[in-house]
Amino acid sequence: MFYNVFGEKVSKTRFKEMVNAQKNRRELIGANQFNRRDLMKMGLLTGAGYLVAKNGLSGRAWGQTITPGPINQPASPPTRSFVTQMPIMPIRQPVAKLTPTPTVAPNTAAGEGRTKPHQALTVFPPQKFYQTVQQIAPIFVSPDLPLQQLYTFDGFSPGPTYVAHYREPILVRNFNRIPNGPQPSGFGVPSLTTHLHNSHTPSESDGNPCDFFNSGQFYDQHYPNQYAGVLSDHIAEGGDLNEAMSTLWYHDHMIGATAQNVYKGLAGFYFLFNDHDTGNEHTGFRLPSFPQYDIPMLFADRVFDQEGAMAFDLMNLDGILGDKFLTNGVVQPFFRVHPRKYRLRWLNTGISRFVQMFLTDPLNLNQDQIFFQICKDGNLLPQPIKVTSCTMGVAERADVIIDFSQYAGRSVFIENRLQQIDGRGPTDVVLPAGQGDSYVRIDVTLPHVDDDSADPEDTEFYDLPALEAPRISRTFHFDRLNGQWSINGIFMTCNDDGPTVRVRVGLNTAEHWVLSNLSGDWEHPIHIHFEEHRLLSRDRATPPPPERGRNDVTRVKHNNRNELFFRFRDFHGHYPMHCHNLIHEDHAMMLLWFIDPNGGDNNQLP
Amino acid sequence: METTRRKLFGLAAFAPLASALMLGQEKSTATSMNSAVAPVLVPKMIPELAPGVTSSAFANHRPSLSPREQAHQRYFPDVTLLTHEGKKVNFYSDLIKGKVVTLNFMFADCQEICPLVTANLEKVQKLLGGRVGKDIFMYSFSLQGQDSPEKLRAYRKAYNIKPGWTFLTGDLNTMELLRRKLGFTYPDPKTDADKTQHIGNFRFGSEPLIMWETMPGMAEPRYLVEMISYVEAEHQGHPKGAREIFHSADPGKG
Repeated sequence: MFYNVFGEKVSKTRFKEMVNAQKNRRELIGANQFNRRDLMKMGLLTGAGYLVAKNGLSGRAWGQTITPGPINQPASPPTRSFVTQMPIMPIRQPVAKLTPTPTVAPNTAAGEGRTKPHQALTVFPPQKFYQTVQQIAPIFVSPDLPLQQLYTFDGFSPGPTYVAHYREPILVRNFNRIPNGPQPSGFGVPSLTTHLHNSHTPSESDGNPCDFFNSGQFYDQHYPNQYAGVLSDHIAEGGDLNEAMSTLWYHDHMIGATAQNVYKGLAGFYFLFNDHDTGNEHTGFRLPSFPQYDIPMLFADRVFDQEGAMAFDLMNLDGILGDKFLTNGVVQPFFRVHPRKYRLRWLNTGISRFVQMFLTDPLNLNQDQIFFQICKDGNLLPQPIKVTSCTMGVAERADVIIDFSQYAGRSVFIENRLQQIDGRGPTDVVLPAGQGDSYVRIDVTLPHVDDDSADPEDTEFYDLPALEAPRISRTFHFDRLNGQWSINGIFMTCNDDGPTVRVRVGLNTAEHWVLSNLSGDWEHPIHIHFEEHRLLSRDRATPPPPERGRNDVTRVKHNNRNELFFRFRDFHGHYPMHCHNLIHEDHAMMLLWFIDPNGGDNNQLP
Repeated sequence: METTRRKLFGLAAFAPLASALMLGQEKSTATSMNSAVAPVLVPKMIPELAPGVTSSAFANHRPSLSPREQAHQRYFPDVTLLTHEGKKVNFYSDLIKGKVVTLNFMFADCQEICPLVTANLEKVQKLLGGRVGKDIFMYSFSLQGQDSPEKLRAYRKAYNIKPGWTFLTGDLNTMELLRRKLGFTYPDPKTDADKTQHIGNFRFGSEPLIMWETMPGMAEPRYLVEMISYVEAEHQGHPKGAREIFHSADPGKG
């Protein structure tokens, strides 16, 4: 009897493929030098395609559902690498108007699932209107796999990219047209709540996990697109420009089912432009022009079952690691570029995996390639940082500037070299070049064009907003008791509203939060909605350069102590703090906090 | 139920449940917001393939099993168990098929987590009231089958557990198979073997909907009741809609 990780019987042929893949991997790791034959084996050279279980080279989490049979085996069917062009999601277009007209109060009679009025709709009246229908649709992921029945935004997964501008408020009407009943491939929940991560949004439009809407309903979300401070400490300037954000993403956030729904396709980008990050390389910060040289890259890792359908282990508590690596929804695509500078907007959607992306030059494996990181979590840093890699937990973003002219005529790879073998967190091993998993092959084969974008060596972006004395310091211990995630020993509940709210912060105040991880060998990317925070220290030391700016996800390793500075300006209501390993999030590693116009409480251990 | 729902919303009607391939078809009433809804039947985006590359034969593969059957085979072995009353039952066909159920693991001599979780779930049972045993079936499984039916009977009595919540045991291999299939495992093998570290989570779901949730066993009972009620509402196609049930669960009512 032969089995895969799910305990499903597999044919002898398939089993042999899986074993060969393991053998390939062991051989490669054993080799100290890479000759052409080895490079071919790794699929690092273009060729006629490679129909081997090569993409099953990375191990899957031990802790996933196992039965008698071999464990730590790749589960997905074989696919060829770098045979599909990387898709670029279309740009979302506004509609002339919405019918019925959006109202401050929820339009329950017409089927709106919102329960609270828009707190700022008349203060920032929308100038553009959008509508999107979340629905099941067939999606192409690989020429070696069937079309997938995924959750999409108007038939697209990843969803279309919003192009927004500061001081131009918008309203998005989200329709839930995912039918009730058993879902394709047996996962996904047909109630939704769409969260724009990490926009500075009024609570009722924030896509809070507890504010979901059902199949058949819709939900209007108001995005003021304003700089933080616009109604508080920077009224005269119309908000603090130094709080400008650039690369956001939207995704489903349904309580208890975020992992399933995001895995099933509900994610997309949202770009915010202004007079500095203009999208035109002749103006402002002169970042590479959008859309030709400003490219979104949404990374995801997935598993496919033996029928070729995207599979989700419903019984997994630790974190699901995929053995297929998708960029913009397609397995290991290639992408052609001109030999000039590009801005790549990287986003790791996991759902659990931590990645460390390198630029791998197959002709120069011993040399880590240098490029520039300009954003962390979608926020421009004070200036570009020279890096050789970007580490991203789930939901973290890194915008990078890569000058491809040095690779003209050849190919380079965006490769994740961070080793991770189970859902708890990465090992601390960074694999040698070529032994990680490549998410995209970039072919620098398009003709020469002009490049008028700024030289990252000479550029500066925003100043870091001034810190101020916090009103209070609070500590949050993240812990795990017999598999149950708690924060300060208390478990999550959606009832944390009104009188039972767990943390009440004062509107327009600042606080100091300590996040400590007591859960041993687990690592958590902790995300707090609403405003970008500053990471003041990690274990009482200054954080590394990319994390010294404004963040919205902070990685908390085991036994870490992270000190954060937060403000809570302009809008009120409930917001969550949670781990963004979506499996942990769904098993309740979350709490709700509340911005109260009447002031905050003094509970230092909420 | 289905008709009432349509009448209430006056909106699109959904076709009853589909296989993995088919999309829900919709008939929309003529409100302009529904005119935005046209089901997508062909991919909107098919990226270009590299020169000379064509789709492989497997790209035309169609799943042979329905999603419900896949879940059945993947997670729910039809193993034979003993209830606390000494009756023989099969896990899939007798206990969960067609039902909304709750599942967790314990053992009678557990000193650490089980007393807390069992006491907490007893509150949940009380809040769910008459629904337990009628619409919702609660099951607790003895870790490694170490508890005999008599011991489980005594345990239930000690915690004042009412009918509708069944405790089950079986031989070691059966209980371990069930534990692994249902995911009550720890990634580190050493910790997984340590009974005192066993998973204190509480799973519940609707088998026909393949809708499964897991919450901490120690979560607030009222919140657990809300989450279970959501699943139950979906299971019954409740006309009020699952969200209303979720937010209206009254802690005072049984």
